[in-house]
Amino acid sequence: MAFDEMSGDATAYGADVRESYRGLARWLADAPDGLLQSRSRQAELFFRRMGITFAVYGDAESSERLIPFDVVPRIIGAAEWAGLEAGLVQRVNAINLFLADVYGRQECLKAGVVPAELILTNPHYVPEMQGRRPPRGVWVQIAGVDLVRTGEDGFYVLEDNCRTPSGVSYMLENREMMMRLFPDLFADYPVRPVETYADMLLASLRACAPEAAGADPTIVVLTPGPFNSAYYEHSFLADKLGVDLVEGRDLFVDDGKVFMRTTQGRQQVDVVYRRIDDDFLDPLTFRPDSALGVPGLMAAYQEGSVTLANAVGTGVADDKAVYTYMPEIIRFFTGEEPILKNVPTWRCREPEALKHVLANLQDLVVKEVGGSGGYGMLVGPAASKAEVEAFRKRLINDPDDFIAQPTLELSTAPTLDKGELAPRHVDLRPFVLSSPEGVKVAPGGLTRVALKPGSLVVNSSQGGGTKDTWVLDV
Amino acid sequence: MRIQIDYATTYAYDRAARFIIQTLRLTPRSSEAQQVRHWQVETDIDSRLHRSEDAFGNVVHTLYTEQPTQSLTVRVSGEVITSDTAGVVPPDQETLSPLVFLRDTHLTKRDRLISVFASEFSAHPPLDRLHRLMAAIHGSVAFEVGVTTPTHTAAEVLALGRGVCQDHAHVFIACARQMGVPARYVSGHLLRRDTADQEAAHAWAEAWLEDLGWVGFDPANGVCPTDRYVRIATGLDYLGAAPVRGASYGGGGERLAVRLSVRDADMQQSQQQA
Repeated sequence: MAFDEMSGDATAYGADVRESYRGLARWLADAPDGLLQSRSRQAELFFRRMGITFAVYGDAESSERLIPFDVVPRIIGAAEWAGLEAGLVQRVNAINLFLADVYGRQECLKAGVVPAELILTNPHYVPEMQGRRPPRGVWVQIAGVDLVRTGEDGFYVLEDNCRTPSGVSYMLENREMMMRLFPDLFADYPVRPVETYADMLLASLRACAPEAAGADPTIVVLTPGPFNSAYYEHSFLADKLGVDLVEGRDLFVDDGKVFMRTTQGRQQVDVVYRRIDDDFLDPLTFRPDSALGVPGLMAAYQEGSVTLANAVGTGVADDKAVYTYMPEIIRFFTGEEPILKNVPTWRCREPEALKHVLANLQDLVVKEVGGSGGYGMLVGPAASKAEVEAFRKRLINDPDDFIAQPTLELSTAPTLDKGELAPRHVDLRPFVLSSPEGVKVAPGGLTRVALKPGSLVVNSSQGGGTKDTWVLDV
Repeated sequence: MRIQIDYATTYAYDRAARFIIQTLRLTPRSSEAQQVRHWQVETDIDSRLHRSEDAFGNVVHTLYTEQPTQSLTVRVSGEVITSDTAGVVPPDQETLSPLVFLRDTHLTKRDRLISVFASEFSAHPPLDRLHRLMAAIHGSVAFEVGVTTPTHTAAEVLALGRGVCQDHAHVFIACARQMGVPARYVSGHLLRRDTADQEAAHAWAEAWLEDLGWVGFDPANGVCPTDRYVRIATGLDYLGAAPVRGASYGGGGERLAVRLSVRDADMQQSQQQA
C-alpha cells in the first residue's frame, strides 16, 4: 500500500487521519451527501466558462482540452513544508552556483564532480554562454521542482525544471476556485495564501533587472503566441504581474538594447520573462528560421542591457543525465548534505548499469534523457510485453539516451471518483524564485493527480488532473 | 606573406527596409600565424557598429541602422601578415573546451551515409585518417557553384556529391565528429594563384588532435591551410562563423552581392616598381 496523504499507512479512509487533514475529515463528515459532487460539477462549469484549457500534443481529437480538477485539496502541514522549503532553497541555490560555474571557471568539471563530457557535449549546454554572466548573476529565476513522496519523510526530487517551467497558473486558479467553492472550509483552516505569488515574482524579476534599469524596470512576458500549449498561462501571468504580454515581433533590438513597440513609440525593456526555448530566442544566434524570437536579442543580452528569465543555457542543469549528479553538485557547491533525496538512478550510458536495467526492465521506469511531459517513457510494471521489448531495442541502440529508476510507490491523496473518495497517486511541483535577494518558495504548488486507479503517470498530457495544494500555517 | 583583403557585401532591397540589424563576423584576430596590420569596417550609410567578442573568440560587429534603406554595403579591408604553420593553429586563449565541438548541429547532423563514409578511415592513426578523410571528400564532392544553398546539410551534400567550400567543410566536420574527433568550421580568405577577384569568401575546417591542438583541413582544395590562408571566424558550423547574419524590417525583395579581392601585397608592390 502506498503512503496516503490523509490516512498515512492506514488501508482505508476512516479512523486514522493525519494531523493536517483532520479539519477536512471533520468537514467532510458533516457535509451532506452529494455536496462534493455538485461542487465538482460547478468547478468544471466555471473553468469552462473561463476557458482555461491545455493543448495536448498528438491529441487529434481536441487541440484544447480541460485539465480535470479535483476538488479535494492536497494538504501539507507546516512542519512538513518547512523541511521541503529548506530542501528546495538549498537545491535551487546549488543549481544557480552550478550554472555560474559551468559557464564560468568550470571548477566542478575540473574536480570531476560531473564528467566534463556529459556537460560539454550536452545538447542543452549553450556554448554561446561560455564566459558570460547574466545581469545580477542569477541563472534560474523561476524553477518548478517536481517532487514525489513515498512515506512520512520520504520526499524525492524527480525533476528540476529550470528552463520555462509551467503550471503556476493552475496553482493560482485552483486556489481561486477552491475559495469560491468552499469559503467555509477556508474559514476553519490556516491555509497560507498563494495569491502573493505574482507580487513575489514581480519583486524577484525587478531585483534581477540590470543595474542601469533604475528603480522602475520595464518587464514583459515573451510568449511564442496563441498556438503554444501554455499560452493561457503566459497571458494569465502577464495580467497578474501587470506587465505587457509580447511576441517576438513586438520587440526589436537597437544599439544593444531591447525595445518594445508601443503606441507612444519605442520603450526600452529591462527584463524579459521569456517562455520561449533557447533555440528560438534569436535567429541571428540560434535557429535562423525562428520567427518567434527577436533578432539581436543575444547581442543585447551580452551587452548586459537586458535580463532574460530564465537565463540562456539553464537546460543543462535539469537534463535527466545531469540530474543523477545533483547530490554531488549540492555537496560541492553548498558544502551541505542534500536535504531532498534524488531518486536512485541507473545511467544507461554506464555498461554495468545498462546490464542491470535490461535485466529488470519490467520493474523499472525508463526515461529518455531529453524527453519531457511523460513522452518517450516506459513504466515497466504497467507496460505490456510488447512495449517492454520495443523499449529494450531502443535502449540497446542508444543507451546514452536513457536513464532508469525504480518504480516509486508514489503517495496517494483522497480524490473524488464517482462520488466517493478514492486514493490516487500524486506528485507536487512547488515554484521557486531566485534573485539577488535570495531564494524563495511560494507556499503551495501544483499537485498533479493520476486519475486512473493505480496509475502513476500524473502528466496532464497523459490524462492527469490537478488539485489545490494547501500549505498550513501551523 | 603580406595579404591584402578588400571584401564588400551589399544587400539591396526592392522595397526599402525601415530598420536593419546585422551581426558581422568579418574581422580577423591576430595570432602567432597571422598578424593583422590594419583592418577597417565601413558602411555606406549612416549606421552604428557595436564591437564585441563571442564565446568562440570571434570579433563580432553588430550593425544597426534605422533609416529607410534601399541598399547597404558593408566593406572590410586591411592587411594581414601570415606565416606557414603546416596547418597547425597556434594555441590561443580558447574559452571553449574542444569537447564542445563534438556536438551535432542541424547542418552537420550525421546519418548512415556519413557514418559509413567516415568508418572507412577509422583504422588509421588520428592525423593520418583526417588527411585521408580530407582527400576522400575532395574526391567525392565535386566543386560546383549553384547546386547547394547555405541550408544544405552535410548529409545532403555527401549524397549529392557536389557543392562549394562550405559544403566540403560541413561534410568534413560531420565525419570527424562521427570518428569522435572535435571539429569546427572556419570562415576566412584564400590567396588564390589564378585570380585576385573572387566570388565568395572561403571556408574550411579544423579538427582537434591531442598532440597538435587544432589543425586546419581544406577539403574543397584537398590541402592543409598554408600562409595563403587568413582565418576570420570559427564556429560549430557555417551559421556560427557566417560573415553576415541579419534581419531587416519592412524590406522586400532582398538581394545580396559580394565583391572580394585577395592580393599578395608584396607581389603587387614589386609589379608596380617594375
